[in-house]
Amino acid sequence: MSADVKTTTEETPAVTGRRINMIEAINEALDVMLARDPDVVVMGEDVGYFGGVFRCTAGLQEKHGKTRVFDTPINECGIIGVAVGMGAYGLRPVPEIQFADYIYPGLDQLISEAARLRYRSATEFIAPMTVRSPFGGGIFGGQTHSQSPEAMFTHVSGLKTVIPATPYDAKGLLISCIEDNDPTIFFEPKRIYNGPFTGFYDKPVEPWKKHPDSEVPEGYYKIPLGKARHVQSGEALTVLTYGTMVHVAEAVCREKGIDADILDLRTLVPLDIEAIEASVEKTGRCLIVHEATRTSGFGAELSALVTERCFYHLEAPVERVTGFDTPYPHSLEWAYFPGPVRIGEAIDKILKD
Amino acid sequence: MADQADPNPPGDNRPALALHVPEPRSRPGDPVNFADVEVSQAGAQPRPDEGCAPGDMKDLAYDLVRVLGDDDKAHGPWDPKLDPDTLRTMLGHMAMVRAFDERMFRGQRQGKTSFYMKCTGEEATSVASSMALASDDMVFPSYRQQGILIARGYPLIEMINQIYSNKGDKLKGRQLPIMYSSREHSFFSISGNLATQTPQAVGWAMASAIKGDSRIAATWVGEGSTAEGDFHSACTFATVYNAPVILNVINNQWAISSFSGFAGSERTTFAARALGYGLAGLRVDGNDALACYAAQQWAANRARANQGPTLIEYFTYRAEGHSTSDDPSGYRSAQEREEWPLGDPVMRLKNHLIAIGEWDEDRQAAMDKACAEEVRATTKEAEKNGILGHGLHHPFHTMFEDVFEELPWHLKEQAAQATKERKIKWPDQHPMDGAGK
Repeated sequence: MSADVKTTTEETPAVTGRRINMIEAINEALDVMLARDPDVVVMGEDVGYFGGVFRCTAGLQEKHGKTRVFDTPINECGIIGVAVGMGAYGLRPVPEIQFADYIYPGLDQLISEAARLRYRSATEFIAPMTVRSPFGGGIFGGQTHSQSPEAMFTHVSGLKTVIPATPYDAKGLLISCIEDNDPTIFFEPKRIYNGPFTGFYDKPVEPWKKHPDSEVPEGYYKIPLGKARHVQSGEALTVLTYGTMVHVAEAVCREKGIDADILDLRTLVPLDIEAIEASVEKTGRCLIVHEATRTSGFGAELSALVTERCFYHLEAPVERVTGFDTPYPHSLEWAYFPGPVRIGEAIDKILKD
Repeated sequence: MADQADPNPPGDNRPALALHVPEPRSRPGDPVNFADVEVSQAGAQPRPDEGCAPGDMKDLAYDLVRVLGDDDKAHGPWDPKLDPDTLRTMLGHMAMVRAFDERMFRGQRQGKTSFYMKCTGEEATSVASSMALASDDMVFPSYRQQGILIARGYPLIEMINQIYSNKGDKLKGRQLPIMYSSREHSFFSISGNLATQTPQAVGWAMASAIKGDSRIAATWVGEGSTAEGDFHSACTFATVYNAPVILNVINNQWAISSFSGFAGSERTTFAARALGYGLAGLRVDGNDALACYAAQQWAANRARANQGPTLIEYFTYRAEGHSTSDDPSGYRSAQEREEWPLGDPVMRLKNHLIAIGEWDEDRQAAMDKACAEEVRATTKEAEKNGILGHGLHHPFHTMFEDVFEELPWHLKEQAAQATKERKIKWPDQHPMDGAGK
């Protein structure tokens, strides 16, 4: 049975100087795992012959065969439901949901089944699936191609939620998710598939190859789940963020000359609480930035944790910068997006006293 | 590790299982052969009474109802016997849809909006079928039924304003282009999520029946989206309550890159889905405008007489890409469009009108020109209201309206924040005067 599967030890990857974008990094992670583990299968709408609408699975069917990488019917409930069944057999499915906005028909299978299987069967059955899905806005996708629903999944006990912000992390985290024996949601910030978008939408986005974190080793390596990434060290305030907003927050701090301590959380559940505590205890000020809507967003959880655990270190109230509590609008996309102005204002407020 | 490391352990003489993964007829560069598509003879299909029990008409779920023959004449009991004026109106709507699609597609390529979807080759499935409904029958469309709006006389300028998300857009720039809504035209708001409209149509029809109303409902869904659970829900509720509803399945062969086999077409027809549920099932040549009209009319009569719901499969072909975001040359043979055995719906109706002496090439050319000119002039008019990306056409506070009927405190605060951000970004300019991008 698969419940007692090995934990692969971390291997130090060879640095090659090779730079790739996030799509290529995700493709490589899948390629590496398909080659390494005969139990890995990749499936989803348009992922087979065509290679995915964002090209993340390009070439994989040709290389690994039609029964390892295949298209599915348009039925998210079915995609996640069969992944539960495949996991019960002992496979390690990596289903793709084409846009996070389309994941909702699969929620019953994900929440009531995948997330609860280990617990209700006392480990007789597990659901070692990794659900990949592009999420987030900034591409004029309107309300059905832009949402950031990560908080809903963090609210479900039994699911892990992982969000990369760089090609290097995307590959290493995806490999960790695939090897993880728990069901994992891997949200890919599609706005930064091709380059680290900084929120200054009227300026061209630099391609990933100009960013050091696009240097990705070939072959297998893992980034452990539950460990945040220290984007930059600073003393003035802590910034807790993930996904696209890592680059936006970083750019704003750079532009304003703020000596921020920025943490890219990478995994929302399980959360790297030690890194958060250490940073907030050092700076005494905390800004939380996410693109998702505000009310009951993951920022609320972060704010509660920081307040509960670091209260006596705080010198200012915790601030949240988020998307507004509206559906993602089409034409007013940049008025909605929590961009540099909103972040800048919050930083000024935190640093005021 | 999988349960069975060795798929064929020694001594196991049971056969090894093999997974079937569907494969389409052809891929890019392949020759195309549609020999397996059975094209039945026009006029050869019986037309049962509209009160027929589903089980007594099951052959029609596997056949192909066709009216227009190779001789361009109308044949058989399904001929709706429309007068020439109605036929010319139908042809005019279909020509207008095509002209509109051409212009809007080009507009997207010119950067005037973010997205567009053509319905080339499928015009009859929305224009002709919706003409068989009463104008106040409620329709729950998918995203490729612009033909219904055009057939119902929805102003082109409203469509273009929506596509450009400009200040004339009555949906306030909130929705992705082509996700129209017009209550006045009994046209339900398009979602963008797939097949969600199908149980909603059934619910509307149930409500109409609860109230003793005379209006029926119809919904359109792609064959790929019939895989969604919502479609199963729609069929189940439709049959349980004998709802006055028509479920139109547009089988255009392709769901982005996935051919219809990924929705089950290798084993049976989509019309045959009806039989398991106890719905009447019809399979129709979707490129034959007269057959589309006749089938919808049959189903509408049936629903209106409380004789039950109908599932209609329109067998057609998506001649263009899924959308402006799609390039079909990456997954299917370009030859398919040319070789498609059911021809082009606009040409077939045109040729029919010519064959019965009610039309000619000169009038067709003049009509095409007039359609293109009307679309061009209307586009220019709509552009006065702006195009996407040139100006933030809607005041920021409109983003927060209609989330709820009344604005709660937190949205009021957020609206104030949005307005404040605008003043910081563009201190000297009004949001509607072209400041933003």
